[in-house]
Amino acid sequence: MITTDICIIGAGPVGLFAVFEAGLLKMRCHLIDALPLVGGQLSEIYPQKPIYDIPGAPGIIAEDLIKNLLLQIEEFKPGFTLGERVEELDRQQDGSYIVKTNEATEVHCQVVVIAAGLGSFEPRKPAVERLEHFEGKGVHYMVKRPEQFRNQKIVLAGGGDSALDWTIFLADIAQRVTLVHRGETFRGAPDSAAKVFELAEAGKIDLILQSQVNSLGGNGVLKEVSVLGNDKSLTSIPTDSFIPLFGLSPKLGPISDWNLGVEKSAVVVDTVDYSTNVERIYAIGDINTYPGKLKLILCGFHEAAIMMQSAFKYVYPDQKLSFKYTTVNGVNAF
Amino acid sequence: MINITVKDPDGHSQLLDVPTDIGLNLMEVLKAYEYDILATCGGMGLCATCHIEVLRGAENLPECNDNELDTLDTLPDADVNSRLACQIRPGENMDGLVIKLKNLQET
Repeated sequence: MITTDICIIGAGPVGLFAVFEAGLLKMRCHLIDALPLVGGQLSEIYPQKPIYDIPGAPGIIAEDLIKNLLLQIEEFKPGFTLGERVEELDRQQDGSYIVKTNEATEVHCQVVVIAAGLGSFEPRKPAVERLEHFEGKGVHYMVKRPEQFRNQKIVLAGGGDSALDWTIFLADIAQRVTLVHRGETFRGAPDSAAKVFELAEAGKIDLILQSQVNSLGGNGVLKEVSVLGNDKSLTSIPTDSFIPLFGLSPKLGPISDWNLGVEKSAVVVDTVDYSTNVERIYAIGDINTYPGKLKLILCGFHEAAIMMQSAFKYVYPDQKLSFKYTTVNGVNAF
Repeated sequence: MINITVKDPDGHSQLLDVPTDIGLNLMEVLKAYEYDILATCGGMGLCATCHIEVLRGAENLPECNDNELDTLDTLPDADVNSRLACQIRPGENMDGLVIKLKNLQET
């Protein structure tokens, strides 16, 4: 069990900055994110885009903002659990919480902060017959450990960068790689696309264009995929693993089960301190809603500062909070 | 002002009055009409949550740029009539457009 003062769900820009505001008040944080990397949307969707409305950082590139935030909070030594989704908030008798993830990680904390943006990023699932039946039995939506595919026959589906990149990478590891793509060309990353065509021509991979995987077969474990061509032809390919790579899309997910006030997929908060209707649970950033809400990173930063002042009383019930400027006190590392 | 017919995934159809002079893209128009589009990326053409299928009037739309095609390529259910609503700015020549929303927000 991980023990901390504040458990922050979501490691996007607002969750990261919340660590700083907590640190100023000597409160320790642990962050959990469903993505395998920090930064949330900024890392997953638009790492190379400039952001123009961060005060004092004009036109900063999204991934640079995340790097800077990590630097800013380094001294407060936050803990991270990445690639896991929070499923349950278990309230203890003394009011504290145990936060539980889908991989059975448990974090004991005094305060829970939901900074989950638009929810957790989940893989997009293509319409393939019996897809969910074979989840964990040959169907993977992500390549976490490439080694697990060594000497396997694998089929990848998709036409984006990640489908191309993993096809190239796994060509050297798997026994046989087949890439199935709906279109006849690849738009993204021309270099990767050229490499994939090269591998196909050299006979190192099988490339099936203008086709889609339409059903899966096997008895208990995946044995074959069937591929439907745009010309209605049907081909069966023996396979050990099927890896559909169609990007990620955010879903509110379990947050809707936590008895919080939810309006249009956002958590209702009191603007006095961005608390929810449940004591010790706060919501900041894009995930919350209140009259006049603006979904801006800078508003999330403000919310984090206010919110941590309010959370102080749960972490240090016997102390009086005195407000101090960083210019006067500096930043005192843990 | 033009008219655009919008079919939602449940099969309901609605005729919308769409202004062409206030600088909104089609995704923003649809959101203004309270369609539950996530629009994660806010209109950069990167998240594909405003994926639509053009049923009529595709010839009056400007062609997809590489960025839009690239994003559409990542979707499991895109086809030749697929577009991203955020990349379409309604113009007078788009009167009578018929579109189908591909994925509304799921929770």
